Amino acid sequence: MMRKMKFVLSAGILVFNALMLPPQYVFAADDTSIILATTTSTQDTGLLDLLVPAFEKQSGLMVKTIAVGSGQAMTMGQRGEADVLLVHSPEAEVKFMAEGCGTARRLVMHNDFVIVGPAADPARIKGIKGIKGSVDALKAIAAGGGPFISRGDNSGTHTKEKGLWKTAGIVAEGQAWYQQTGLGMGATLNVASEKGFYTLADRGTYLAMKKILALEILFEGEKSLLNVYHVIEVSQAKWPKVNAAGAKAFADFMVADATQKVIGGFGVDKYGAPLFFPDAGKAE
Amino acid sequence: MELIWQGIREAFGLIFGFDAEVWRISLLSLRISGTATFISLFLGVSAGTALALTRFPGRRLLVSLVNTGMGLPPVVVGLFVSISLWRNGPLGVLGLLYTPTAMIIAQSVIATPIVTGISLAAIQQLPPKLRLQILALGATRWQMVRLLLREARLPLLAAVMAGFGGVISEVGASIMVGGNIKGSTRVLTTATVMETGRGNFDIAIALSVILLLLTFAVNYLLTRIQQAERPR
Repeated sequence: MMRKMKFVLSAGILVFNALMLPPQYVFAADDTSIILATTTSTQDTGLLDLLVPAFEKQSGLMVKTIAVGSGQAMTMGQRGEADVLLVHSPEAEVKFMAEGCGTARRLVMHNDFVIVGPAADPARIKGIKGIKGSVDALKAIAAGGGPFISRGDNSGTHTKEKGLWKTAGIVAEGQAWYQQTGLGMGATLNVASEKGFYTLADRGTYLAMKKILALEILFEGEKSLLNVYHVIEVSQAKWPKVNAAGAKAFADFMVADATQKVIGGFGVDKYGAPLFFPDAGKAE
Repeated sequence: MELIWQGIREAFGLIFGFDAEVWRISLLSLRISGTATFISLFLGVSAGTALALTRFPGRRLLVSLVNTGMGLPPVVVGLFVSISLWRNGPLGVLGLLYTPTAMIIAQSVIATPIVTGISLAAIQQLPPKLRLQILALGATRWQMVRLLLREARLPLLAAVMAGFGGVISEVGASIMVGGNIKGSTRVLTTATVMETGRGNFDIAIALSVILLLLTFAVNYLLTRIQQAERPR
C-alpha cells in the first residue's frame, strides 16, 4: 500500500510540474512576443540585460533574445525566423536589405575592434602606428607565426577579421598558426587568454571581461576598425508570420533618446569607460 | 583552486540568499526535465513492455533501433526539433520554438528511448515462467502486465533516473530549441554555458553546484522509493 502511494505521489508531483508551466510560455501567440536575433557581444557585455527588460515593461511585449553570431542572426532573418535583428556586419547587412529581406535598417551605436594578445606580445605589434597600422600589425603576427585565434563563426567580428586579412594580402586560413573556435566572443577571448593567442575582439566584450583575461589591447584606434551596430526590421511582406509591429516597436525603442542615453552610460560605472557609443540619427 | 571555492561559496549564497533569478532557473530546469521524464516514462514503459511481451517480424531491428536511440546525441535531436518547429517549418503553425514546451518535446525525444530500452530489458529479464504462472492463476492480460511491472519496479525506477539524468544535464538541444531566453527558457545548463562564455566563472560554478545538488536530491528521492522495504 505504502509503495503504491509513493508511486502515485511521485507521479502526481511530475504531473503537477507539467501543469505549473504558465500558459503564456506554452503557446506564444505571435503578436505578444518578438524574436530578436542578435550578436553575442550585446549579450556577453550585459547590455541587453539592461535594455530588454525596459523595453518589455514599456511595450508589454515579450522579447525572445537569441544571441548568435551576426551571420546566423541574418540567416534567421533571411528565413523569417526572427522579427528584428541587432547586428554589426555592415556589408552583409547591405546585401540583406538589397535582397528585400528587411524593411528598415537604422544606425544604433558603435564601438571599435581591437587586436588583443598576451602582454609578452611575441609578434611585437604594440606601438605599430600609421594609417595602415592594422595591415602592418597583421603582417607582423603572420610573420611571427602568431598564434592567432579566430571566431570562425561568420559573426560580424569574424567577417571584419577576414576583411582585414584580405586587405593585408595574407591567406590566414589553413596556416598552422591560425586557429578557429567557432564560438562566441566571450568564449573565444577565454581561449585566447588561456593559450596566449592574438585575436580580434570588439572593445565592449573585451572591457566587460578584462578582469579575468590575461590579454592586453595591442592595437587600436584605426578608422577601419570601427564596429557599427544596426537594428533591422525583418520584412513581413516576405514572411507573413513576422511580427512587424513588434519589430518596429523594438527598433524605435533602440533609437529613442532615452535608450540612447542608457547605451552611452552603460559600463561607465563598472569599467571606467563606455562600452558602446550611441549613434542614432547620425549619418553613417 | 581559489576560484572553485569562491564558486561553491557563491552557490550557497545564491541558494540560501534566495536569489530570485537562480531559483527561477532551477525550478524551470526541474519542471521542464521533470515533465519530459514523465512523458518519456509513459511512452517508454508502454513501448518497452509491448516490445518485451510480443514477438513479431522486425522486432529485433526495432529493439536495435531503440538501443541505438539510448545514445541519441542531444544536438541532433535539437537540430531536428528546431527545424520542425521553425515558423516556416512543418510544425511552425504551433508557434512553439523558443518556448519551454519545445524544450520538453526535445527532452522527451531524448529520454524516451532510454526509458524504453531499460524497461524492455527489465521486463524481459523476469523469469518467463512467471507469465505463465500468472495467467494460469486466472489473471487477465492487463492484470498480468501490472504484476510484471510491479515485479520489475527496481529496474524501472532505474529507467526513470537514467531518463531524468539524461535530460536535466543536457544542454545542446535545450539551447537550440529554447534559445536560453532569460525568464522563459533559461535553465541551469544553458545559463552555465552562457556565464562561462561571459567569463563569470564563479557564477558558472555556482550554477553547476546547484545542478548537481538538484540532480542528487531528485535521485535520492527516487532511490528512497526504489529501495523502500517491501511490506510483506
